[in-house]
Amino acid sequence: MLHTFVALVEDKPGVLTRVASLFRRLNINITSLTVGNTENDGVSRMTIVAEAAEDRAHRMMASLYKLENVLEVDDVGRHSAVIRELALLKVECDAKNRADLFQLAEVFHARIVDLAPESLMMEITGSASKIEGLVQILVQAGYRILEMARTGRMAMRRGRHTSRVLAALSDTSSTGSSSSPPQKPANLTADQKQSGNWSAEQNRS
Amino acid sequence: MSNSSNPRSSDPAIGSQPTRLTGAETLWATLVGEGVRDVFGYPGGAILPAYDALRKFPIRHILVRHEQGAAHMADGYARASGRVGVAVATSGPGATNLVTGIATAMLDSIPIVCITGQVSSKVLGTDAFQEVDITGITLPVTKHNYLVSRTEDLAPALREAFRVAQSGRPGPVLVDITKDAQQNSALFDFAGAAPAAYRPHPMLRADSASMRAALELLRTAKRPVLLAGHGILHSRALDQVRTLAERAQIPVACTLLGLTAFPASHPLNLGMMGMHGESWVNHAIQQADLLIACGMRFDDRVTGTLATYAPKAKKIHIEIDPAEINKNVPIDVALIGDLKEILETLLPLVSERDGSEWLHAISTMKGSAAVRDIQQLPDNGHLYAAHVMHDLWRETHGDAIVVTDVGQHQMWEAQYYKHEKPRSLITSGGLGTMGFALPAAIGAKVACPDREVWVVAGDGGFQMTSPELATIAQEKLKINIAIVNNGYLGMVRQWQEFFYEKNYESTPLLSPDFVKLADAHGIPGAHVTQRSQVVSTVQTAREHKGAFLIDFHVEQEDSVYPMIPSGAALHEMIRRPPENRLVETANES
Ligand SMILES: Cc1ncc(C[n+]2csc(CCOP(=O)(O)OP(=O)(O)O)c2C)c(N)n1
Ligand SMILES: [Mg+2]
Repeated sequence: MLHTFVALVEDKPGVLTRVASLFRRLNINITSLTVGNTENDGVSRMTIVAEAAEDRAHRMMASLYKLENVLEVDDVGRHSAVIRELALLKVECDAKNRADLFQLAEVFHARIVDLAPESLMMEITGSASKIEGLVQILVQAGYRILEMARTGRMAMRRGRHTSRVLAALSDTSSTGSSSSPPQKPANLTADQKQSGNWSAEQNRS
Repeated sequence: MSNSSNPRSSDPAIGSQPTRLTGAETLWATLVGEGVRDVFGYPGGAILPAYDALRKFPIRHILVRHEQGAAHMADGYARASGRVGVAVATSGPGATNLVTGIATAMLDSIPIVCITGQVSSKVLGTDAFQEVDITGITLPVTKHNYLVSRTEDLAPALREAFRVAQSGRPGPVLVDITKDAQQNSALFDFAGAAPAAYRPHPMLRADSASMRAALELLRTAKRPVLLAGHGILHSRALDQVRTLAERAQIPVACTLLGLTAFPASHPLNLGMMGMHGESWVNHAIQQADLLIACGMRFDDRVTGTLATYAPKAKKIHIEIDPAEINKNVPIDVALIGDLKEILETLLPLVSERDGSEWLHAISTMKGSAAVRDIQQLPDNGHLYAAHVMHDLWRETHGDAIVVTDVGQHQMWEAQYYKHEKPRSLITSGGLGTMGFALPAAIGAKVACPDREVWVVAGDGGFQMTSPELATIAQEKLKINIAIVNNGYLGMVRQWQEFFYEKNYESTPLLSPDFVKLADAHGIPGAHVTQRSQVVSTVQTAREHKGAFLIDFHVEQEDSVYPMIPSGAALHEMIRRPPENRLVETANES
């Protein structure tokens, strides 16, 4: 199955290698991996999509946590989450079939972001299946896709759920106190236990 | 694990006032601040600025003969003392020579910090002279590593390295320091460079429901076995484990690295489990209805084939690394966290239990095997390694630190030397690194100068790192060396005997005269070929004030029994063939 993890990691050189190397070592293929900034300086957010047997989720998560630069891991695939991907498609077309493509774009809520005499570029955001749907229609209709670029998935849990790590980090950055990690809750609800959030019994030094 | 190092604030370099220091000075000042007194290393161009500054600091530097030795020495130092061991090497070949030692420490979770010099930051990535990407190379065999190219980053990186090495599940950390970072200066502020506190694993959750479930399993179990692993030593939970076993009358089976986590003479101690464990230990595990695994990881060498492993047992796994849970064996109750803390929470809730029925059943399984004593065997002119280990144990009263290499002799030592004290067996369990013993023993002796230290090595493995004899001589270390010389790469020969129709391809081995080799280093020695000479020669070695080497010429084609072939079930073991009957255990009466 496809697993989707969100990992908050320190924004430092070599962190991507460590994460990638871990999946290599587990002999698991990474389907997509996106990295970007978060609302906190010094913290990057990775969305990792990997193809592996269902029961390997724990192993991947526990192994990610073994990396010193990893702050938090969330198995978002197991929760209600918004998962999005962006694709750019350059399609061969001339003045004759442009109108047809404009119509297709509208159906898929895609945008035309560039027009050239012999091609146009579409931008589409959505779930992977939506993007694949557009691609399929284009191909079936006989259009030639000259180039395609996809970002891979980004994911965020629905509702008020927020990473405690990030919450704590923004707290400490505003008060300027130590960079020590957030305190975990004393008692866990079943949901928290599943979530892989801070749930250690004790802070040890 | 708690941070046991304490800054020596009396040292001028690490006083409360931030001072300007070169990177080289910063390196040593930080090590001093972390409580380091001894380092094992080998100089070279890229680490020369550091060496140039060394004599200003109260640190003993032991010059090794090969950087692999430096890493093993740091490792032996850490295993013997529980303190972080430190190895130093130059860039390129110096750094790559460390790798086997780092991997050895990684697989056994040993806290060491390796310092390597690196080419100047300006030429990083250009294939400059003696440049290798050592942080890249060691990525999978370190717990963490750092490349430091600015002097101001050095103290924080080093201090964090010490924290990472010893916190949580310990492990090796490498700090690669460019030459210019050693040469340039920056404000040094030891206190200001303190790392963020250890962040307990976000998946740590020995929550109360699991605790209750564990207690319930304990209460209802009829045939429990406690599996004692290396984590007991790391977590310093010896007393807690012992209290648990005694109060609930649970027999204890040890992993190889857990052998010194529970006293050998304790009536509840069954002995070593696994591939070369005694039959009753493995039978007890196979028949158990509850396994309480403490700081061990169900390695393939202790489980046999997983499909038939302890089929009737519920499993409680107390372990600090969540990645170990359900890795090999499905677990019923996982208590993730520090073993000592978890047991301290559990113990007040554990009540006394009558285990006599199950203990009696195990004694019956032992049968006569447990009461035979090789000491009583007639001396038939043959010298068996078992005899050597047994006599060595008697003569040293089970009190010495024994550092073993890898092979048959390692298993014989584990079977016949009864360890009473924690950390008194030092051996490469996870990686099984031949050549480990001699350098690791040097590290152990430097860490514990008042302890009696014995190397037990095979004729093969000894030759992998024997140049460290010169280190022993130069440092005037009192280390006793026992070579179990069978003329073969014995453990491999044994596999060839059992599984490859005695095709002894490339396992017969010619060795130098080890006594002469020692003599060339100014170290006296003796050959032993008869059982009757063992005790007196061991006595001579112990009484000699310097290092001493004994070359024991043992039976050449002897094998380690019992043995579970890899892939077989834990109870399907190969027994010693009757015509060559030698007892399989020694029991002091
Ligand atoms: C560095 C390394 N190379 C190869 C091996 C494989 N190996 C395991 S035991 C062994 C034989 C060891 O022979 P010796 O040191 O004479 O000890 P013995 O088994 O005879 O007691 C070998 C080659 C290893 N463990 N480590
Ligand atoms: Mg041998």
